[in-house]
Amino acid sequence: MDTAVPEIRVSQPLPEPEPEAPHPSVHPSAHPVAAAVPHEHSVIRRYLLARGNSALADRLFKLLMLLCALSIFMIVALIAYQLFDKSQLNWAQTGLKFFYTAFSDPYSKQPVYWDPVNGHFSALPFVYGTLVSSFLALLLAVPLAIGVAIFLTEMCPGLLRGPLAFLTELLAAIPSIIYGLWAMYVLVPLLNAYVNPVLYRGLGWTGLFSNDNPTGLGYLASGIILAIMILPIVSSLTREVMTAVPHSQREAVLALGATRWEMIRTGVLRNARIGIVGAIILGLGRALGETMAVTMVIGNTPEIHKSLLSNGASMASVIANEFAEATSDLHRSALVEIGLALFVVTIIVNAIAQLLVWAVTRGAPRQAN
Amino acid sequence: MSTSAFQLRSKFRAATDRAVTLLAILATVLVIAPLAVIFAELVFKGAASLNWSFFTKVPAPEGELGGGMANAIVGSGVLLGIASLIGVPIGIGSGIYLAEFGRGTKLADAVRFTADVLNGVPSIVMGLTAYALIVAPHIAFLPFLGHFSALSGGVALGIMMIPTVCRSSEEMLLMVPHAIREAALGLGVPNWRSTLSITVKTASPGIITGCMLAFARIAGETAPLLFTALGNQFWSTNLNEPIAALPLQIFIYANSPYEDQQRMAWAGALVLIVLIVLAVSLVRFVTSRGVLKGNN
Repeated sequence: MDTAVPEIRVSQPLPEPEPEAPHPSVHPSAHPVAAAVPHEHSVIRRYLLARGNSALADRLFKLLMLLCALSIFMIVALIAYQLFDKSQLNWAQTGLKFFYTAFSDPYSKQPVYWDPVNGHFSALPFVYGTLVSSFLALLLAVPLAIGVAIFLTEMCPGLLRGPLAFLTELLAAIPSIIYGLWAMYVLVPLLNAYVNPVLYRGLGWTGLFSNDNPTGLGYLASGIILAIMILPIVSSLTREVMTAVPHSQREAVLALGATRWEMIRTGVLRNARIGIVGAIILGLGRALGETMAVTMVIGNTPEIHKSLLSNGASMASVIANEFAEATSDLHRSALVEIGLALFVVTIIVNAIAQLLVWAVTRGAPRQAN
Repeated sequence: MSTSAFQLRSKFRAATDRAVTLLAILATVLVIAPLAVIFAELVFKGAASLNWSFFTKVPAPEGELGGGMANAIVGSGVLLGIASLIGVPIGIGSGIYLAEFGRGTKLADAVRFTADVLNGVPSIVMGLTAYALIVAPHIAFLPFLGHFSALSGGVALGIMMIPTVCRSSEEMLLMVPHAIREAALGLGVPNWRSTLSITVKTASPGIITGCMLAFARIAGETAPLLFTALGNQFWSTNLNEPIAALPLQIFIYANSPYEDQQRMAWAGALVLIVLIVLAVSLVRFVTSRGVLKGNN
């Protein structure tokens, strides 16, 4: 009977409250109750004593879990240290100038940004390409994302809400390589045949759209594919922030005679604006670091062009393209330094975004009451 | 006079309202459209070149027809296995710390924040870190260092899994009712035992779905493998050698000039997306049924 005790306590605490518990009073051959109670206590006491002091095990367990939690800090520190360490070689050569100047060719007077053979490295075209494609992506994605969030939280019939939310989630689960494949073989030919000529004819005078690139690759194509990729993140976070706005706000505005749009504008969007900005910044963070899809459609030439239809390169794409076949230690170190910059920027961008989103969603329950 | 201005104004307001509603619907359609188009394209182009040899043969030499991606599928499995060995225990452990021990402490807030920030770090940076950790150093008595290997790819993916698994398992553990913990402790079960066999066990369906989501996310990752696992055109399950992976193979074939290999890329993408959609739908199905409550 003593052997039954550990089984009951340890593995099945929830169902069946002790089918054959060693309680003397229900047992057929029970002792008198007065004698049985101290006996039962001593069984537990004996059982516990036999298992040793659990305080040590508890403390060890807590320590182990703490170590797991602390490993997250360690990973961030490790990434920072490794990238810093491996980029020292290039840092010693050019320092901060790496990010804003270019080597000027003495004969042709043309700027040379990226020349692994002669050892001239400047991250300028990659920083430019990353910024241009990311901001293009935000420009396209943000209005759509907010529109979707408004539709899903305020207008959508309840029956549709679940499936639509699931579909946008699914959009977020598609890997970047598949977006890249699709963009390369479907989007880019489409743009090249139908969109780019129209843009050149209509807006060519601005200088932003040239017709000297027959491939259709470039900043615009990568901006569009990035927009599709960050849409689900921005819209789902915006939705989260908007649902955190208490209903009393909506009711108050409606009670004053507002139409639905006026209610959304003054009651919801105005209250959620900090969180929405956070969602947009988080989308920016994703766009800055996105690698594969951009690598496949940006064209991968280390040049700076004003035209959005020209080939370019981004920080992530140059690492993806050249790191495995880097020709020298300096080359590799320059690529790692670009990676370090990417890491630092995304950490900062993500931290700001997270704080902004938390500022809205965290206070939500308190406001609602 | 004033009434007509008022009427005009309310007409204008109603019109704006309707216009915005239309715009929101349009935005939703525009967002769903690429999804539909991508799926249609994948099925249309991928299914055509899916056949038995795709799953059983290794890639054909350049310029030859036929071949398959069997080694890439197995390689992805190996990489995901290593990644889970690293990511799942540490992720669940830190989730347990956040939910059970660190509630309301500053440290837990900091961990949570760092995990969310780490989640947004580009995957290519993880690849660089794994390269710097495992591929770059040459140490004589550690033979697994110093070259491209399956191990380094697995480490890169494993690091990426930790924050996702941590946050989702924390969320699931927080859903376990307090009464269950109290009941276990009331029976004299030591704290560690009650956490592992009662709290974690109750939340295990949720934790498993969280792990599967993280799994689905890293299954499609290409960037961290480019200079760690590197890819391989032949059979290899050796952890010390470069290994093929499905997303890597798709990338290589997508850039190939041969039409046959491009078709192969589409087929690989179809296989990958089917796996991921299955995982995500399963997660959706399980969480919507509230397994946490119906566990016993």
